[in-house]
Amino acid sequence: MCGIVGLFLKDKSLEPKLGAMLSEMLICLTDRGPDSAGIAIYGAPAGNEAKITIQSAKPEHDFRGLDAELAKAIGAPVSVAVKSTHAVIRTALDKVYTAREALQSLRPDISIMGAGEAVEIYKEVGLPEAVVERFDVRSMTGTHGIGHTRMATESAVTTMGAHPFSTGADQCLVHNGSLSNHNNVRRELVREGMIFETENDTEVAAAYLSSKIAHGKNLGEALEGTLSDLDGFFTFVVGTKNGFGVVRDPIACKPAVMAETDQYVAFGSEYRALTKLPGIDNARVWEPEPATVYFWEH
Amino acid sequence: MPATNVSTAQRDQSHARVFDLAALSLRELNQALHQLTPGSNETAWEVLNPKGSHSVAVGVDQPVAIDVRGSVGYYCGGMNAGGAITVHGSAGPGVGENMMSGSIVIKGDASQYAGATGRGGLLVIEGNASSRCGISMKGIDIVVHGNIGHMSAFMAQSGNLVVLGDAGDALGDSIYEARLFVRGKVESLGADCIAKEMRPEHLEFLQGLLDRAGVTGVKASEFKRYGSARKLYNFNIDNADAY
Repeated sequence: MCGIVGLFLKDKSLEPKLGAMLSEMLICLTDRGPDSAGIAIYGAPAGNEAKITIQSAKPEHDFRGLDAELAKAIGAPVSVAVKSTHAVIRTALDKVYTAREALQSLRPDISIMGAGEAVEIYKEVGLPEAVVERFDVRSMTGTHGIGHTRMATESAVTTMGAHPFSTGADQCLVHNGSLSNHNNVRRELVREGMIFETENDTEVAAAYLSSKIAHGKNLGEALEGTLSDLDGFFTFVVGTKNGFGVVRDPIACKPAVMAETDQYVAFGSEYRALTKLPGIDNARVWEPEPATVYFWEH
Repeated sequence: MPATNVSTAQRDQSHARVFDLAALSLRELNQALHQLTPGSNETAWEVLNPKGSHSVAVGVDQPVAIDVRGSVGYYCGGMNAGGAITVHGSAGPGVGENMMSGSIVIKGDASQYAGATGRGGLLVIEGNASSRCGISMKGIDIVVHGNIGHMSAFMAQSGNLVVLGDAGDALGDSIYEARLFVRGKVESLGADCIAKEMRPEHLEFLQGLLDRAGVTGVKASEFKRYGSARKLYNFNIDNADAY
């Protein structure tokens, strides 16, 4: 089944509560997907700074001394904030590419969950409640975020198989459904030079969007493209540095409910995920139409 | 069963048994409803704080009135036999699935496959219904005040689907014998579904159904009737492309 949530804040006064609100939404959908959970939160971009979220199966080993080693390797200041199996590296925006290269040689066993000016991504195997606790998601602030609780169908139950998937700067995607032509699309994207970390169908969808955007499409156009190029059942919820989008396949079997007030736009696989949001009783609540792209930007 | 007007039926809810789902579990609610026996005095129930819960009032088999104050999740009122369920909010997927008799009124919107496989009774959705409304319906009457989504009444076998608003793509795809009445526009008709003449008996029947559903200010003559062309009943090689 899988459960998806998303929250895009319009009202700045809610930003300190983003992590807490998303956490409650996600935990509410635990029984839609108990295999793993993940969350991507977009904080306000801090000028010239970039963030890289990394993950390690042996955090004590991999994260020790990483700040000094990485700073030396890229010749620029670096900070490393460790949260359980994840760490967020902050460095100058123009050093992101160098830092990613350096990480691969300094710590070949770690995984890069995502990078950009705003996004941080935390995901692990286990129940949403445990994942939320582990990364202290409730205390996180930000402007928008997406989350996923996974019932694995197309690939293994692993940390890297958890959503969200991020394949471009500040881009990430969560998916409810299953794609039937992901192997073909993956082959085409590999030929273009895209790099895949898993056999997961959702990673293909994320990479598809990144590829379209890299070819000059805007996110709306890239999402339109999924309707003709991706086969299968899907509800996608995507985040960008300042945007939040939703699209469902033309059959639209997978459930989706949206709510909008003056304060926020919210997405849930089920209405019950939205019931604790402020003012939900007076929100405009609707089901996104099949084969229709919805998108909001700050 | 006797026709009842679900919207104007007088209900005495002053002695309703109140069930607060913030304090009690869904299982306790459904067990209490299932334990009702014929002739029970507990004919009025009120459910508070459903907050999108699944399976609220599923399997009711006594003629009791149940008012749900708020929105429900999946399968509310499924298999209902005789209950008069009113949801003062919206309903998730599968509301009234396989209903046998009685009534369900949704004051808000309904999600996908409302009234699926329903065999009897009346389902009224005062807002919009989503895709696959009345899929495989087998005798239920469904009245939607707003619009319905795509693939509604897919493989519908019996019963009546009345839509005051518009219908989405592929209405009545592979329909058997159900009757579809749509007042607004139909995006497209599915395989073997065609527009049909509104004869006097249809106008009379539809007016009665509208009355029972508490619809006022709308005339049966404003609707178009759709149903099966009956070309796909038996396999005919000339129709192979339509299957």
